[in-house]
Amino acid sequence: MTTAEGDVFAIRTSQDVVIVRQEVRARAVKAGLGLVDQTKIITAASELARNTLDYGGGGTVVMEAIEANGRRGVRLTFEDHGPGIADIELAMKDGYTSGQGLGLGLGGSRRLANEFFIESRIGEGTKVVITRWK
Amino acid sequence: MERIPILAMGKALLITIQVDMHDRLALALEEDLTNRIASTGARGVLIDISSLEIVDSFIGRMLDNIAAVSRVLDAETVVVGMRPAVAITLVELGLSLTGVKTALNVERGMALLRSQCATRRGTHDHRRG
Repeated sequence: MTTAEGDVFAIRTSQDVVIVRQEVRARAVKAGLGLVDQTKIITAASELARNTLDYGGGGTVVMEAIEANGRRGVRLTFEDHGPGIADIELAMKDGYTSGQGLGLGLGGSRRLANEFFIESRIGEGTKVVITRWK
Repeated sequence: MERIPILAMGKALLITIQVDMHDRLALALEEDLTNRIASTGARGVLIDISSLEIVDSFIGRMLDNIAAVSRVLDAETVVVGMRPAVAITLVELGLSLTGVKTALNVERGMALLRSQCATRRGTHDHRRG
């Protein structure tokens, strides 16, 4: 698998969440994703960027164009140094939220991605990686 | 701060969302619209989202809230113009907008509002009579 150099974007304000959506869209189009797949990865990115902001106290996203077995795709890595998630299984459940949200962000973005990875340590932060292939 | 414009047309309020809204802008729209319904006595609200490339859980919740609040203030809300890719994504995300009436386009949305308002007016008259 080849990975192009990733671009890093800061997520500090709700305006940054809008920028993340626009940048993910540009990369999804470039990777040749169809309209529905573009919409899915942009929506998942929006959910995860908001989580990074609201629950992680801000952080970053790395956007990569990837290629494997002749398929192109987009990989997004969201990282924060917030309080971390105590019970990941519970946090993944639809309807569960520790804040003001609807509790659809993590579970929903997993459904919208082809690959989903989450890692979190209490007091250290959370990392979520999603990939959508063409 | 920028605002989403709200147009009044007869007894209806029209909103066309043409920008990629950040969360605070969405909250401001919810608040502005609630005030406008109360101040104008509008009976219907039509929200055109045909320009929106995505609807995430935040915007989805905003639409749900607007519909719920306007119902309490005696107005009906119709959301029109949702793109097919957005609809597919929204359902997969886990949001089905059960509290929101939808129509394919502005024309059908206005027709739906007119028939809703007519029915409700009829009911009110009946009660009064």
